[in-house]
Amino acid sequence: MSGIVLSARNITKAFPGTVALQDVDFDVHAGAVNVLIGENGAGKSTLMKILAGVERPTLGSLTMEGEPVSFSSIRDAAGKGIGIVFQELNLCPNLSVTENIFLGRDITRAGFHIDRAAQKRRAAELVAKLEHDIDPDALVGDLMIGEQQIVEIAKALAEDARVLIMDEPTSALSASEVEVLFKVIGELKRAGVAIIYISHRLEELIRIGDHFTVLRDGRLAASAPRSEVSIPWIIEKMLGAGEVVAKRPPAAPPGPPLLEVQNLTLPRRGQGLAVDDVSVSFRPGEITAIYGLLGAGRTELFESLYGLRSGATGSVRLGGEELAGRSVNRRMKAGLLLVPEDRQRDGLLQNLSVGGNLGIASMGRFTRFFSISRAAETPLLSQVISQLHIKTAGPDAPITSLSGGNQQKVVIGKSLLTQPRVLLLDEPSRGIDIGAKAEVFSTMRDLADQGLAIVYTTSDLKETHAVADRILVMAYGRITADLRAEEASDEALVRASTHKIDEPELA
Amino acid sequence: MSTVSATLKTAPAGNASALLLVLKLRTFIALIAVTLFFALMAPNFVSVANAVIISKHVAINAILAIGMTYVILTGGIDLSVGSIVGLTGMVAGGLLVHGIPLPMLGVIVYPNVIEVVLISLLVGTAIGAINGLLVTKLGVAPFIATLGTLYVARGAALLLSGGATFSNLVGRPELENQGFPVIGSGTVLGVPVSVIILIIMALVAAYVAQRTPFGRKVYAVGGNERAAALSGVRVDRVKIAVYMISGFCAAVVGLIVSSQLVASHPASGNTFELNAIAAAVLGGTSLSGGRGLIGGTIIGAFVIGVLSDGLVMMGVSEFWQMVIKGLVIIAAVVLDQLQRRLAANTRQG
Ligand SMILES: Nc1ncnc2c1ncn2[C@@H]1O[C@H](COP(=O)(O)OP(=O)(O)OP(=O)(O)O)[C@@H](O)[C@H]1O
Ligand SMILES: [Mg+2]
Repeated sequence: MSGIVLSARNITKAFPGTVALQDVDFDVHAGAVNVLIGENGAGKSTLMKILAGVERPTLGSLTMEGEPVSFSSIRDAAGKGIGIVFQELNLCPNLSVTENIFLGRDITRAGFHIDRAAQKRRAAELVAKLEHDIDPDALVGDLMIGEQQIVEIAKALAEDARVLIMDEPTSALSASEVEVLFKVIGELKRAGVAIIYISHRLEELIRIGDHFTVLRDGRLAASAPRSEVSIPWIIEKMLGAGEVVAKRPPAAPPGPPLLEVQNLTLPRRGQGLAVDDVSVSFRPGEITAIYGLLGAGRTELFESLYGLRSGATGSVRLGGEELAGRSVNRRMKAGLLLVPEDRQRDGLLQNLSVGGNLGIASMGRFTRFFSISRAAETPLLSQVISQLHIKTAGPDAPITSLSGGNQQKVVIGKSLLTQPRVLLLDEPSRGIDIGAKAEVFSTMRDLADQGLAIVYTTSDLKETHAVADRILVMAYGRITADLRAEEASDEALVRASTHKIDEPELA
Repeated sequence: MSTVSATLKTAPAGNASALLLVLKLRTFIALIAVTLFFALMAPNFVSVANAVIISKHVAINAILAIGMTYVILTGGIDLSVGSIVGLTGMVAGGLLVHGIPLPMLGVIVYPNVIEVVLISLLVGTAIGAINGLLVTKLGVAPFIATLGTLYVARGAALLLSGGATFSNLVGRPELENQGFPVIGSGTVLGVPVSVIILIIMALVAAYVAQRTPFGRKVYAVGGNERAAALSGVRVDRVKIAVYMISGFCAAVVGLIVSSQLVASHPASGNTFELNAIAAAVLGGTSLSGGRGLIGGTIIGAFVIGVLSDGLVMMGVSEFWQMVIKGLVIIAAVVLDQLQRRLAANTRQG
């Protein structure tokens, strides 16, 4: 059952200005989870796009079950049994869940009449298989990002592929949803499907991987079966050296409360509350993690604080100044800043360069009279690029030429340039590799030491401990725990994250 | 807590959803309101004869607007439809009056009416295909590409006759090309043929948009082109197809107009594209693509038609008519925005 279905030989892919892959070999074993690991920009997604027919290799060949193949398009590859869940969500917000799942391969009668009932039934089945209760008729644009990722996965499952590529499918999923996905992956494996799995969450990989391949800077760094692999091995192959991230203590004790929130409440569509009477304060110099499961209300809390949710009530004071009722722009000027979760959609301007994106929120800092001063801009941009280790040809490179993780760093860099006093980071480590993660966390500590209040959300327990001084847990729109990092055990956090207070069933 | 939504928020939930329903049905409500208004204000407005006249006027704009809706759904625009109306009308007129001269054989071939119709439709569809190729293969922005064909097609229409009108398109018995006026002036059980064409086209267009894979792809391309492409949709083909549909619809209108007048004039169809866009927008089609319904467009075309004819019957001056039409279009878009904000609000709570 563990023959090699698909193999790539001597793959090289050159883009104008960069060589993304160089002479890479990759074998895909049937009935197994084939893990692909590497830092941001290592070339993982590029290799997958070649396997799925989205990109064509500059050099090299593919063979499928012994026969040489070349895929002229994604349809071509799909026709030969290759399915893919892309790293960036690729859904049409104006279509329903069902319509997205069947886009490009509708179930029809007589070849032209869409069988809506059959599609809806099948969509509901797929969503149920992933143990979700997303309404098949809901518009995708109305779903939270984690739910969209479920739809994206359901879409790939609908194809009955023989080779299923998953490029960071869990980046927006909570621990329990990851469990469900793993169960589904197990079933697919038993059915003989070859799974290619990419993730930056190393524990996940160790748990489900059967064959491991590591890429470093576009080259094959190592490949080994599960029995020879351990986390230190992966880190060593990925980075070229064993690197440990040490937590840095704060330089000074935190100051008096800077951001004070009182009785913040946000109703949810239908009934119930997305944010339920939250009162909390954040202090400069302190890093606070908000841990919780998908749908716990963390994003809604941030968006309410930032003025994006018009239904929110309650008081938000920053340095004594009342912000409730103020526009986002006013809140930004007061020093509050949100780095959104869906950075692809909310954070980046696809038509601008890396530098244009970095500078967009802080143009005032380098505008002289009426024009943008390159002389004032360039050093600031270069500084952020090197501070966050953004892998790019320079500030003038198009933003679309960056790998997924590097694009995320640009969004974080953009907010740093605005010199905020309170920084809200929604899932700052989503989709970035451990090296970059360490850099982002270290930057967060630097910023806190400079007197900022830093608040970030995460669904990853280890990340709550990695940098936070204080850990809040949210569940069902409420804060169910508020602990010093030293006293927060994993067990306490998990218990608090599933803690229901009187409120019955919030959908 | 922005100012607009703050006032909406204070309304209880029940009111908000009722308001939302009213906003959703706004074009339909507008149609009823406009009709009632003229029924009261304009003498003779409510009569079978007037209904026939209005629906014939509406048919012309609505057929164009059907094609336009498809194009707009993909995020494009087609400015060339008015010129295609003129050109295809001239093609039909020329074929009926002068036939196809074949100098090397020394004969002139006169196609019959069916053939004339097919050739004209082919010409319109082909211009649509050119628009589509310009937009997809050459990457010209839809606005510019179709602005170009607007001029080219209009010029071609003028060149066909040197600017003159082809008149008296009744055909001649000895040439066996009679019957052309039926398209524009014929009736079946009292219903004008052009209105029957509209009904058939609207039903087919609505079916294709809502129930077929092609329609789904049109919406997908307008919603997120990249996602559509990565789902295996051949985006270029879909785009070329919608411009062809639009060109086809324009050719149908070209035939109807020249048949109604029993003459084809090279300037006919001038600015028709604006009315078609207006009908689509009034009907709730979003110019950024991915949102809109054929049914909405048809109702939008009726609002414009009833408004124009009603104002004429009331004796309102042409200048005021334009002002009023413009205000109605702006109001439609404002209400559309309001609906979307309200919908987003009830969603968030
Ligand atoms: N269309 C493109 N044009 C130019 N360069 C590109 C393009 N796509 C990718 N690259 C470059 O190729 C390299 C590999 O990118 P890729 O997206 O494969 O990385 P990755 O391993 O998936 O990283 P991540 O973990 O951040 O998603 C990067 O340096 C990137 O900048
Ligand atoms: Mg990637």
